Amino acid sequence: MLLPFLWMIFASFKPMNEIEQFRLNPLPVEWHPENYTDVLNNKDISFKRYYFNSVFVAAWVTVLSCFTSSLAAFAFARLRWPGRDSVFKLYLGTMMIPGVVTMIPNYTLMVELHLLDSYTGLIVPAAFTAFGTFLLRQFMLTIPQSLDEAATMDGASHWQVYADVILPLARPGLIVLAIFTFMGNYGSFFWPLVLIKSEHLRTLPIGMLYFDTMYGRQTNLIMAASVMNIVPLIILFVVLQKYLVQGIQLGAVKG
Amino acid sequence: MGFLVFTLGPVLFSFGAAFTNWNLMKTVPFHWVWFGNFTKLFAEPDFWLYLINTVYLMLGIPVSIAVSLFLAVLLGQRLRGIVVYRTLFYLPSFTAGVALLILWKALYNPSFGPINTLIEMFLNAVGLTNVQAPTWLSSTKNLLALGAERVEIVANQFGLGARDAIIIMGIWTAAGGGNMLLYLAGISNIPQELYEAAGIDGAGRWAQFRHVTWPQLAPTTFFIFIMSFIGGLQGGFEQARVMTLGGPAGTTTTLSYYIYTKAFEEFQIGYASAVAWVLFIMIFAVTLVNWRFGSRYVNE
Repeated sequence: MLLPFLWMIFASFKPMNEIEQFRLNPLPVEWHPENYTDVLNNKDISFKRYYFNSVFVAAWVTVLSCFTSSLAAFAFARLRWPGRDSVFKLYLGTMMIPGVVTMIPNYTLMVELHLLDSYTGLIVPAAFTAFGTFLLRQFMLTIPQSLDEAATMDGASHWQVYADVILPLARPGLIVLAIFTFMGNYGSFFWPLVLIKSEHLRTLPIGMLYFDTMYGRQTNLIMAASVMNIVPLIILFVVLQKYLVQGIQLGAVKG
Repeated sequence: MGFLVFTLGPVLFSFGAAFTNWNLMKTVPFHWVWFGNFTKLFAEPDFWLYLINTVYLMLGIPVSIAVSLFLAVLLGQRLRGIVVYRTLFYLPSFTAGVALLILWKALYNPSFGPINTLIEMFLNAVGLTNVQAPTWLSSTKNLLALGAERVEIVANQFGLGARDAIIIMGIWTAAGGGNMLLYLAGISNIPQELYEAAGIDGAGRWAQFRHVTWPQLAPTTFFIFIMSFIGGLQGGFEQARVMTLGGPAGTTTTLSYYIYTKAFEEFQIGYASAVAWVLFIMIFAVTLVNWRFGSRYVNE
């Protein structure tokens, strides 16, 4: 299971000729940590910049997504208005549409709005997801209505009920959504590939692709880059495990 | 209410926009060709190849689900250190992305990749020195011996090639992932009494699995199958773009990759949209199956 990862780590420390020769012992004969600095300081591929871009974009998408999804979830879970349930089903239905179908019109939309090749273009379309709304709504439905009623009796408006009662209680759900959104966006490939043309705006996955295209023959460098790509994910995962498992089960139990 | 409109608006807009590009040609010479794109795409022999590619790659799905189930059953035994194992199994799924694809591209390298190195070691040890290790990503061979130029069974195409490489990688990535967790949750919901009753009736481990675990997990399995099926129809894009650029002789081009190349490399937006819609209709059909039969399985 883990063997590919191990190979990757060892390979990232080897010089190229070691990778090409066949030896029984997978450990490097000489350790070359400068593979890593070579990747980071490479002039054609500004890795540090890509890291920043990915984190920046993913962070914004996560924040916006949590905000808009929680508002929408609140509206669907708590407020009463005609057609609420049908609209919700419709909203859910959009989740069924394959990404490719919406990519093309979204792209032309970005062209019209002159948002091609920009941070905004990367962030805004990704900030609205039906998945987030669905997840949070399920969560909010489990919060007892009596709390709302108590607050309303004390004179709270909808907005106050939302901000002071529901939001704090929905925190576990929000955390799960935040994790998933961040992860999903960090590794997002199709959309940045299509949208970004300038080198300085590339996100990490795209940067990796170009790196592989240009330096593909140097497996050791590529592996170093891959390790750097994956390590933050592994750290995040180990730290946030509990929430993740919770989140998957939360989203799936209702079918 | 204002919040609602604000959040719904963009989603509905992209929903609507998906309809508008139906039959349009490129933005400059603009005219309606109605069903022209569709007839063109069905007549194109490559389209059928790509459809078959997509379906072929989906053959790994049952294997992946089976492995997930197996792992879940293993983990469900309440051994010590279960959390550690669960983390390890889930890791490939979690870190999935371009970095992993590039890693596997290196692993599959026919000259010095560890996979072929190990295969060759094995072949030498067993004495089969004239059998060659597969060339994976540059080979058009596959387990069903489907020819690449014309879609039919061709004898000398039997072997392990690009598509199989992707399938294997896919199984590794997905086996310990979300599906395994879903199965774990499902298993923990099975009441112990059922197992005890089965034990009293004299059922051994395997029989218990067949008659208690498997039927109890049926709704989960159904859900997983449908979701994987839908995902599989849309998939294969990243693998194709990063690892093979559509594969030797177009063998790893899936429908999503085809849509991408048509839309963003050749800028035939109308044609690409038509293909995307065909894909959507296929997915929609599967979803209908889910609605029709899914409720039968839900036991509230």
